Amino acid sequence: MSIADKIIAGEIRAVARLIRDIDDMVPEAREVLKDLYPFTGRAYIVGITGAPGVGKSTLVDQMVTHLRKAEKTVGVLAVDPTSPFSGGAILGDRVRMQRHSMDEGVFIRSMATRGYFGGLTQSTKSAIDVLDAMGKDYILVETVGVGQDEIDIVRSADTTLIVLIPGMGDDIQALKAGILEVGDIFVINKADREGADRTISDLRLMIEMDEKRYENGWKPPILTAQAVFDKGIREILDEVEKHATYLRSSTERQSGIKYEKVRNELAEMIKDKVVHDILSDLIQSGEFEEAVQLVLQRKLDPYTACDNIISKRLKRGTK
Amino acid sequence: MNQKRKIRVLVAKPGLDGHDRGARIIARAYRDGGFEVVYSGLHQTPEEIVQAAIQEDVDMIGLSSLAGAHMYLFPRVVELLKEKGADDIMVCGGGIFPEEDIPQLKKAGIKEIFTPGTPLAEAVKWVKENVEPRT
Amino acid sequence: MFAKETLQRIEADNKKWQELFQESVSKAPERLERFSTVSDRLVKNLYTPLDTKDLDYAQDIGFPGQYPYTRGVQPSMYRGRLWTMRMFAGLGSARDTNRRFHLLVNEGQTGLSVAFDMPTLMGYDTDSPKSRGECGRCGVAIDTLKDMEILFEGLPIERITTSMTINPPAAVLWAMYIVMAEKRGISRRVIGGTIQNDMLKEFIAQKTFMCPPKPSMRIIADTVEFGTKEVPRWNPISISGYHIREAGSTAVQELAFTLADGIAYVEAALERGLDVDSFAPRLSFFFNSHLDFFEEIAKFRAAKRMWARIMKERFQAKDQRSMWLRFHTQTAGCSLTAQQPYNNVIRTALEALAAVLGGTQSLHTNSLDEVLALPTEEAATIALRTQQIIAEESGVAHTIDPLGGSFYVERLTKDMEEEAFEYIRKIDEMGGMVAAIEKNYPQMEIADAAYNYQKQIDSREKTVVGVNKYITEEELPVETLQIEAELEEKQIQWTNQLKNSRDSRKTKEALEKLGEAAQGDDNLMYPILKAVKEYATEQEICDVFRDVFGIYRDPGVY
Repeated sequence: MSIADKIIAGEIRAVARLIRDIDDMVPEAREVLKDLYPFTGRAYIVGITGAPGVGKSTLVDQMVTHLRKAEKTVGVLAVDPTSPFSGGAILGDRVRMQRHSMDEGVFIRSMATRGYFGGLTQSTKSAIDVLDAMGKDYILVETVGVGQDEIDIVRSADTTLIVLIPGMGDDIQALKAGILEVGDIFVINKADREGADRTISDLRLMIEMDEKRYENGWKPPILTAQAVFDKGIREILDEVEKHATYLRSSTERQSGIKYEKVRNELAEMIKDKVVHDILSDLIQSGEFEEAVQLVLQRKLDPYTACDNIISKRLKRGTK
Repeated sequence: MNQKRKIRVLVAKPGLDGHDRGARIIARAYRDGGFEVVYSGLHQTPEEIVQAAIQEDVDMIGLSSLAGAHMYLFPRVVELLKEKGADDIMVCGGGIFPEEDIPQLKKAGIKEIFTPGTPLAEAVKWVKENVEPRT
Repeated sequence: MFAKETLQRIEADNKKWQELFQESVSKAPERLERFSTVSDRLVKNLYTPLDTKDLDYAQDIGFPGQYPYTRGVQPSMYRGRLWTMRMFAGLGSARDTNRRFHLLVNEGQTGLSVAFDMPTLMGYDTDSPKSRGECGRCGVAIDTLKDMEILFEGLPIERITTSMTINPPAAVLWAMYIVMAEKRGISRRVIGGTIQNDMLKEFIAQKTFMCPPKPSMRIIADTVEFGTKEVPRWNPISISGYHIREAGSTAVQELAFTLADGIAYVEAALERGLDVDSFAPRLSFFFNSHLDFFEEIAKFRAAKRMWARIMKERFQAKDQRSMWLRFHTQTAGCSLTAQQPYNNVIRTALEALAAVLGGTQSLHTNSLDEVLALPTEEAATIALRTQQIIAEESGVAHTIDPLGGSFYVERLTKDMEEEAFEYIRKIDEMGGMVAAIEKNYPQMEIADAAYNYQKQIDSREKTVVGVNKYITEEELPVETLQIEAELEEKQIQWTNQLKNSRDSRKTKEALEKLGEAAQGDDNLMYPILKAVKEYATEQEICDVFRDVFGIYRDPGVY
């Protein structure tokens, strides 16, 4: 059996290993992904993002329970930041979902952002494809919504949940910067805490201010939850369902979204691949270090150094 | 720019013992040593630990125990890994053990045992020297 | 505490002395770059009356048996009665532990203290799949009332007090003890002892948990209410800093989080409508005694003063017994080393001495082999002898609070009090300890402290003899206790036999009644007693709680 066949048959070890290879940027993994692509596109992908401590993992854990009760299979990708100092990471989201580990219908994988050269988006998307191909009905992708990478990841989801907690006044302002636009559903978790009403009204105001964007379309609902006590989870999943129906309701809209998605993803992939290939080649050949030294000694300006490298490389690339 | 494979480790607390000071300290030390550390949380059965290790595709499982149930729990983890065809995942243990248990644990397939007083740097170094990220 | 003119003179003299000191160390430098305690608190070269000038003797220190009780809660302290020598013991079956108890009592121990095995601590029976491999390993296995009866067979529980280290299922084990005593004809009004029953520190540090914080607090309030009315000589909670310290906290964190837990329990009982002076005298405390001698003594003294102030000022207690912080102490398990284990005898002796100088009411001394396994009889006897030597040979118990007035100790006591009150203020701001725990605040503070301490040991900034200094290759062998491999099977069979012989209809009924009570507001102690009497197993009772209240899971912060 080829690796791709094993994955399609749902073999856990093969799936786990391929995700590892994707993360470690093993070139062979790309070939397997090519074979798997025809088997993707069937899972429903939900992105869950929010600041640290808002209870995303607990929320995901409860969503898994509900989805399992509805006899859906689930894949979970939990992304945690890599330490910029050591390159290591503690991936602790699993703790809160570990009760599902013995359930064959659930596959949970922790991933670290790793961070350099923007590999994160690509590797997470590839991991989604793997879980999709292994036949999971739902894939829940949890990220800490802080950087552009994380926003890009959730953007590739069908439905994106933004999780907040009461008393995040300033943070809501900060959300404007990027994450608000990607939110399809807003969840105020730990809603028994003081200030929940205020957070809801602040959020509502911001959504309403942006009315034009939601004209004739999907206006993001604001839901409250207490994930620890399994409160509000059913309602969240109902809204996910509604959003899915909304996406499907117009073929025009659906193909538009799909077009955008493929376009963005392909552009991303090319960018990543170009950066990755050229940079690794440059580092291996020593040219990169050479250029660094020249700039360092101020014998050359970085603009010229860059132009030189690019013109040389791209020519070679086209031959 | 082919980055080297990253070492992935599962730190797990088997059994009912809740003393997690050691597990949490070693998790931080491994992170600071550059590994990706998956933490499974408390009160895990050997079955749950093995399932997590496989899904996470780790190179090593670090088991922490301070309440004396290691003679059943540790070998059981090794046994289950074998059953699942995942015995290429290395198993180590840390915590409180009577000396005479250590050779028996090693015989049962526990690769190394770390007792109180092991410097963090040494524990990290050991992993770097003995754990090859599997290819 | 000194006249103004005296202080002025000392100030001038001190300045001169500091110059002398500097001159001396400029020739031969100090042996350390930084002098700090185990908790990383900086220590000065000398303490003088200048360091205590903000203290008022009457207000801050006072006399033994008088507010604020810094020098001791009783007027006579150890001149009257020595502390209770209470060795924590539990191993294998109830029968095995009963034998150990008899040995300890014969050797002069004055109180009993039960260590349970992990399944018992977590509310599972030996036959639960979760209990595999754990039976009798770190304490005694108790499944039913029958085991409790065997555990105390032949022991004089009408005059000796018993402490039980048990938390989520504390109410159940306490009920078993009460029924056991009553079956022997000893009234519940006569028996004395303590159940730990401190769930907050479990969420913070030791992680033995069953139900979420809120229902856990309800069960605890039930036990306090029941104890106040029916078991007047029992301490229904032992508010514990021990495990917080073992988890790696600093001394101040131990002090602050423990007292903050205490505040939360008082508030929970007040919410029941109990009068503060009706229950507060029965609250007891449990601290760790670590290696930093003076820091520990100051911690104990600060604790007594702080609790007196909290009870009087915050809760308006009137009865002075409500203001007494009575505490048990255990030497620090985490300070023992597997390397050169005989050194542990000396560590334990120093820690025990600190506890005595801090005015503890009862004391457990660790055995030298506890870093390897449960203690052997020989090791446990040496540990008990350590206390007897301190009590009867060293002379330290001849006078009360001999370190009171020490410039260093008084300064430390005051500083630690202030820092601990600052923590309590922060916790109050978060909405109290339950809210702080939900935010993982104490957990993270402890995790950070633990990691820093470990790094200091690794970098040899802190010395651990035999571990990072004075290492020897050859080690003296230590004999360790073996728990028989067949114990688990035997215990399962034993409990099954009992299940088959009980009146199962009555057991079932009692459990159903308990379930109904749990859904309502009635005090749970009464239906628990009923179920225990019908030989319901520990797990059968705890499963009712888990069904009604839900299961708490590790939030997994690191």
